[in-house]
Amino acid sequence: MTSIPGAAPIVRRTPKAGFDLFFRNASFAAALFVLVLLAGIMLSMVVGGWPAFREFGLGFITSSVWDTQNDQYGAWPAIVGTLSTALIALLIGVPLSLGIAVYLTQLAPPWFKRPVATAIELLAAVPSIIYGMWGLFVFAPLFAAYVQIPLSNIVEGIPIVGTVLYSRSPSGLGIFTAGIILAFMIVPFIASITRDMLEQIPSVLRESAYGIGATTWEVVRHVLVPQAGVSIIGAVMLGLGRALGETMAVTFVVGNANRLSSSILDPGSTIASRIANEFNEAMGLQLNSLIALGCILFFVTFVVLVIARLLVSRVKRY
Amino acid sequence: MTTASKPRELPHTPWGRVRQSRRTADRLMKIIATGFTFCAIFVLFWILGMLVVKGIGGLSLATFTEVTPGPGSQGGGLANAIVGSVVLTFLGIAIATPIGVLAGTWLAEYGRRSKLANLIRFINDILLSAPSILIGLFVYVLLVEPFRGYSGWAGGVALGIIAIPVIVRTTEDMLSLVPGPLREAGAALGAPPSVVITSVTWRAAKAGMVTGILLALARIAGETAPLIFTALNNNFWFSASLVGGVSNLPVTIYQFASAPYENWQQLAWAGSLIITMSILLLSIVARRIVSGGK
Repeated sequence: MTSIPGAAPIVRRTPKAGFDLFFRNASFAAALFVLVLLAGIMLSMVVGGWPAFREFGLGFITSSVWDTQNDQYGAWPAIVGTLSTALIALLIGVPLSLGIAVYLTQLAPPWFKRPVATAIELLAAVPSIIYGMWGLFVFAPLFAAYVQIPLSNIVEGIPIVGTVLYSRSPSGLGIFTAGIILAFMIVPFIASITRDMLEQIPSVLRESAYGIGATTWEVVRHVLVPQAGVSIIGAVMLGLGRALGETMAVTFVVGNANRLSSSILDPGSTIASRIANEFNEAMGLQLNSLIALGCILFFVTFVVLVIARLLVSRVKRY
Repeated sequence: MTTASKPRELPHTPWGRVRQSRRTADRLMKIIATGFTFCAIFVLFWILGMLVVKGIGGLSLATFTEVTPGPGSQGGGLANAIVGSVVLTFLGIAIATPIGVLAGTWLAEYGRRSKLANLIRFINDILLSAPSILIGLFVYVLLVEPFRGYSGWAGGVALGIIAIPVIVRTTEDMLSLVPGPLREAGAALGAPPSVVITSVTWRAAKAGMVTGILLALARIAGETAPLIFTALNNNFWFSASLVGGVSNLPVTIYQFASAPYENWQQLAWAGSLIITMSILLLSIVARRIVSGGK
């Protein structure tokens, strides 16, 4: 049983032997507790949301009615909002993160790497609620004045573009603003995993490419990216997992509209923001519907995170 | 190493030059990558600058001595919210530390490469990035609904659950860095595994394990979403029984920030400044310990 085979049996017959067994079992129980936690979260979401799923069936996902007066609930607008904010966050955040990773591994002067890396990591330490306040009070007004209003004036009347990019109420709050702020929140995670991946690539590969006359860009494009490709996708998925479940920042800036809007500049809501907003006033079926929303969020993020972890399993941290 | 192996134009000159298009692409990429990096750093300093500018005016002695004001009333501070936050955060860490350290120890010392250990490691990584709002919902269903009321205990448990995966991960990482011969030396003296682990391995990995706990502390100190459903908030001093709502900084900031009262907003900014600076300080200290230990 013991992991140290050579230990003499005489030594083991001390009062310590009881402690030894206790310590081993206690640590094993603590490790199993991690599994229990995940199972508990899963179970509580399903049980708590069950009345809503039973009441509305599949219609809970496809319906876009959220009517507290008549106790009718549908998740579709929140699902669309969650997916579209996360998608916008990725579209902005992924190029940013890759650029940062390339800068940190290939371009930055050695003395400059540490402070830059620390600054990027501190972006992850800033609490979500602070991003929300920054978004609401500083970013949104600027975004409304310098992007939303001019853009709406330009695209007004143009088919498709005039719908997607036109905002009826240019307050700066909306799906797109939430996406931009989410982008900066996921940057540190994607950037640091990508950086770790790039650093783990043997330098022989890089040196041989430089040796045949490749430029830095060509080394990145043709040597580093193909080498680290799978893990970079994993890192992006991990960022997606974070963006899907981010709550406070989004609640501040998404506008919290219950309707589905065809424009990404209009207010919307995400699963997380809807739960955060309504939970404390909710009772009965509304409460169950909110937990059911949580259940959907749980399974979506769970799938995304499992894929992400499988892809980045070669990386050490995060 | 990389700088030495980076021959600029030199190797190309004997047989010809790098075509202009390649050189342009290279230069463009370098500019973009550098620009993106400075863009992210700019946002960090923008946020910090905004906190200092808007928050510093709200900081006074009253902020730390008076309780949060009611709607529309003047004056007041954040004292009860600060104390409540500290209590909840340390309650969370007190719950998470023994579980996290023991689980990390099992993974590194007993489980190692077994199938079960790999599964636990994987699940722990999932929990590490699981949305914190779901943990809040879980604790709500587990502790708030059955006991018919928000409580500081539920808040502490929610924060603890968020901290556990962080501590498990760092503990395991730090213990795996301890060289095997140290353990063998302990075992050779006749010490049973538990004694080897507690007085040799743990001692060798102490700095790293403390870092993990500090990082977990930094992670949960600013968490808002899970507290909305568990500890909620109030405008009074917390009662030692921790039953009923417990005032805390994040939820206070959330409620005060978008309220129409000017002094509430001012307090929200001051609270944001306090909380962010403490967290950044904690993260930097934690990083220092790691780099000092290596």
